[in-house]
Amino acid sequence: MYLSIYDFSSFFQSIDNWLTSTFPEPIATIIVWILIGVSAIAFTALLGLSLVYAERKVAAWFQLRIGPNRVGFQGVLQTVADITKLIMKEPLTPGTSDKFLYNLAPFLMMLAPFIVIGALPYAEGLQVMDLNVGVFFVTAVSSIGVLGILISGYSSNNKYSLIGSMRSGAQVVSYELSAGLAIMVIVVMSGSLQFSEIIEAQRDGWWIFKGHLPVWIAFVVFIIAGTAETNRGPFDLAEAESELTAGFHTEYSGIKFAFFFLAEYVNLFIIVVLATTLFLGGWMPLHIGDWEAFNNIADIIPPIFWFLGKVSALIILIMWFKWTFPRLRIDQLLTLEWKYLLPISLVNIVLAAFIILMGWHF
Amino acid sequence: MGIEAILLFLIAGLALVGGGILMSMAVAPKLKTKVKAEPFECGIETFGSSFLQFRVGYYLFAIIFLIFDVETVFLFPWAVVMKDLGMVAFVEVLIFLIILGLGLLYAWKKDALKWE
Repeated sequence: MYLSIYDFSSFFQSIDNWLTSTFPEPIATIIVWILIGVSAIAFTALLGLSLVYAERKVAAWFQLRIGPNRVGFQGVLQTVADITKLIMKEPLTPGTSDKFLYNLAPFLMMLAPFIVIGALPYAEGLQVMDLNVGVFFVTAVSSIGVLGILISGYSSNNKYSLIGSMRSGAQVVSYELSAGLAIMVIVVMSGSLQFSEIIEAQRDGWWIFKGHLPVWIAFVVFIIAGTAETNRGPFDLAEAESELTAGFHTEYSGIKFAFFFLAEYVNLFIIVVLATTLFLGGWMPLHIGDWEAFNNIADIIPPIFWFLGKVSALIILIMWFKWTFPRLRIDQLLTLEWKYLLPISLVNIVLAAFIILMGWHF
Repeated sequence: MGIEAILLFLIAGLALVGGGILMSMAVAPKLKTKVKAEPFECGIETFGSSFLQFRVGYYLFAIIFLIFDVETVFLFPWAVVMKDLGMVAFVEVLIFLIILGLGLLYAWKKDALKWE
């Protein structure tokens, strides 16, 4: 059974029809563009605020503290207060810094994840651009973010920023390889780069259930590489406070610092959405074999809630890593990637191709 | 929306960051002093040049990364058609990956992946 009332495309189609019938063609197009642009900006801001709040609350629970609880109900407005404070702070530019590159870095940092947000699928019909090379586009564009890291460290004219950005750059580009190869396992399985087709291929079961060993390995590798790519958890040595002050964004203050912070959380969201879409079926509800009643109840829950549920679970998992594992050293970090994850991923992709060849997936 | 949405998101992203910075410029205090223009670094006065020598290891990793990243680009089209082409595609990619694996093994044995 499939409920078509949860399909967003008819809803957006009716809005589009109303606009084109009410306004002349160019004005309607401009209104659509403005609507999409404004909602994307609002979504990103909301995402950043809620993820920072979630991070602080989860950290507090892991350390048996209460966390933010004064501003608003249970402290939900704490991050709004923080961002207001950051906007009202004076943004300082060090006199010895390279002014142009220094101001360019927050733009590069934020633009890459922001463009990627438009290509991700959130629910049936709730996707701004469903590119036929979606997966490739996302991996390509999200790797522009590393330029922001390198430029910010270089232009700050600060020893610790430079070391932090070099470490961070080496880390991000290294782990990109494993993440890319893990994604490729799913591309081999579904035979498409388009997000909607990859999700459609999981209608009769998520890849993590029907993909056997290669997909399980790819999922674990992708989660590890994704955590490292976002400079989080045990891999946050670029901003190891005890040795490097705050890493590549030490010299940034006020709203420019806020954008570095926001970009980090948007990147986390992108990695988690990719893991959800590729391995956990995106917005597809959970179906178990021939349990008719269970499957029908699962269908009644709107796909957007399935999507948000999976995303929240993975976000909590990645935050859990941060408070569980000790921070790695740079040599351990590079050894883990080049001597373990990369050979494993290379063998894994052959294994996945072999399983497809034999037709053992179901 | 199609491909033109990339342009839309580029403009909206610029508006988000630029708008934030402009808003901050409008409401934040502006008082330039000599002390404020100094780099923070780690709290104490900075000394010497900020452009340190850093280890050659980063360069080696960058080179190896380049090889494997190009390999990923080659693998993406293969991954899409793997299901249709079957045995031929499998054997070809096996040869391709074995050559690359030998390259990684060579770098490994040459201690290019060692960080000390």
